[in-house]
Amino acid sequence: MNDLTHMTLADARDALKAKKITAVELTDAHVAAVSAAAPLNAYVLETPDQARAMAAQSDKKIAAGTAGPLEGIPLGIKDLYATKGVRTTACSNILGNFVPDYESTVTSNLWRDGAVMLGKLNNDEFAMGSSNETSSFGPVVSPWAPPNWSPEKAKAALSGDKKGLLVPGGSSGGSASAVAAGLCLGATATDTGGSIRQPAAFTGTVGIKPTYGRCSRWGIVAFASSLDQAGPIARTVRDNAILLTSMAGHDPKDTTSVDLPVPYYEAAIGKSVKGMTIGIPKEYRVDGMSSEIETLWSKGAQWLKDAGAKIVDVSLPHTKYALPAYYIVAPAEASSNLARYDGVRYGVRVQGKDITDMYEQTRAAGFGAEVRRRIMIGTYVLSAGYYDAYYVRAQKIRTLIKKDFEDAYASGVDAILTPATPSPAFGIGEKSGADPVEMYLNDIFTVTVNMAGLPGLAVPAGVSAEGLPLGLQLIGRAFDEETLFSLGEVIEQAAGRTTLPKRWWV
Amino acid sequence: MSVDQSTVRKIARLARIAVTDAEVPHLQGELNAMLAFVEQLNEVDVSGVEPMTSVTPMVMKKRVDEVTDGYYAERIVGNAPLTEDHFFLVPKVVE
Repeated sequence: MNDLTHMTLADARDALKAKKITAVELTDAHVAAVSAAAPLNAYVLETPDQARAMAAQSDKKIAAGTAGPLEGIPLGIKDLYATKGVRTTACSNILGNFVPDYESTVTSNLWRDGAVMLGKLNNDEFAMGSSNETSSFGPVVSPWAPPNWSPEKAKAALSGDKKGLLVPGGSSGGSASAVAAGLCLGATATDTGGSIRQPAAFTGTVGIKPTYGRCSRWGIVAFASSLDQAGPIARTVRDNAILLTSMAGHDPKDTTSVDLPVPYYEAAIGKSVKGMTIGIPKEYRVDGMSSEIETLWSKGAQWLKDAGAKIVDVSLPHTKYALPAYYIVAPAEASSNLARYDGVRYGVRVQGKDITDMYEQTRAAGFGAEVRRRIMIGTYVLSAGYYDAYYVRAQKIRTLIKKDFEDAYASGVDAILTPATPSPAFGIGEKSGADPVEMYLNDIFTVTVNMAGLPGLAVPAGVSAEGLPLGLQLIGRAFDEETLFSLGEVIEQAAGRTTLPKRWWV
Repeated sequence: MSVDQSTVRKIARLARIAVTDAEVPHLQGELNAMLAFVEQLNEVDVSGVEPMTSVTPMVMKKRVDEVTDGYYAERIVGNAPLTEDHFFLVPKVVE
């Protein structure tokens, strides 16, 4: 069964179309792999019956010649996406056993195109985290075993306290882990500050955060509405292009979704990058950056140069202010979005002596520590007397960050190349100290892109000295995901596709 | 800027999150770590800069103000912890 779960999405699609395999076979192989990988905790809910029913339907459509572009492709869905009749919790206790009566627009688009749902994927609570350790369902384990660990040692840790095993990154940790472990052919994810690209980089997978407005946010649990964007994680650049073509599109139910035609992104794969200009921003050369990240970055630039692109230095002077500004804007929006969880209309309720006490007890019990902390900081920066000093200032700095990119693109740069993360994956429990900022620094290279609303693609580019995946990030012009796919394909081809980790967890 | 313990309690109250006395010093430390981190934003000259209101320039879409959806109260209250006759139940608010 190994070969069916280790196929690329594109190969599986072609094999289904050529009737070399059936959708039911493909889904059954994945259902078995998901069930055997339960200790990784990538899925918080498995939906095998629904998956088999959808696959059977796909086989009928393939036989009838009415197959959609994703017909019979088994996918995992991040638990932030509302799925009709299937429990959706954002991995928070406060949503309890919430079962939506509606389907998110992005997942509706995937089912319209024939995809099969394997289940719901773990994530940091309300997508707030960079390691998937804040989930109410507990941490996700990366399928990449720690360097120099024997399979036996890793397996023992998996059934024990999980200490020392690696995080898959976050917040889309379940998505990244499942894709890297062969537990789906692709997954939906969301990215507010790096939540698609950082876990993709940590697990040797590919992830794209599209331009703000490219995918509808309707039916996706809101974290920070001006930053949130849906996107895919998959094993290749081509697979990302295929998924995004289905996920993207205008939706009247989301006023921030743009009314632009969706390109057939797969056509960008293999397109020549000759004559393109790639910017290398000097401000991303941060203090204490490891030499292996530095080397990887130069290698990436060289690969693009070898493919005919021109490499130029660019300056994005406000880069260092993106992360602190983000930690004002995102918590402020979160404090507002999460005000709806009050124990009245859905989710859990803790009774109190009056209505205010009920709200306070419900929210204290329902939200985890990281979410409580962010709501409180957001409440503070929006409160009377501090609004101008914090929130308005941060939004002004956001204007400057966006202008940095606009200036670079106006100077003739087609895309910008940076590292995706400052380090490879770290261990579970390693960054849970008293200072929350230590964890936040993971997003230092990705958060600028959300602040500017631009598309960003994380692509595996090599491994660390210890053998862990490392990724590069390509940042594009607004609504020019196609250029990123063309450039990403060049890096993927030059670096060689990442070998999936061996199944030590079964 | 940093927050003292009474400010932490005030913020918790505004955020409608109950905090115990034991949690306050811990929260104070975490909030102050975040506030110290964002302090560097004061280095930036923002005079004459417009605050961002929309990351992608777009005209606000409007539609005719008419009822396009509804008439399924059963489904609306379906996930509520406590309901009666299609109403959400809460503790008594008005005496």
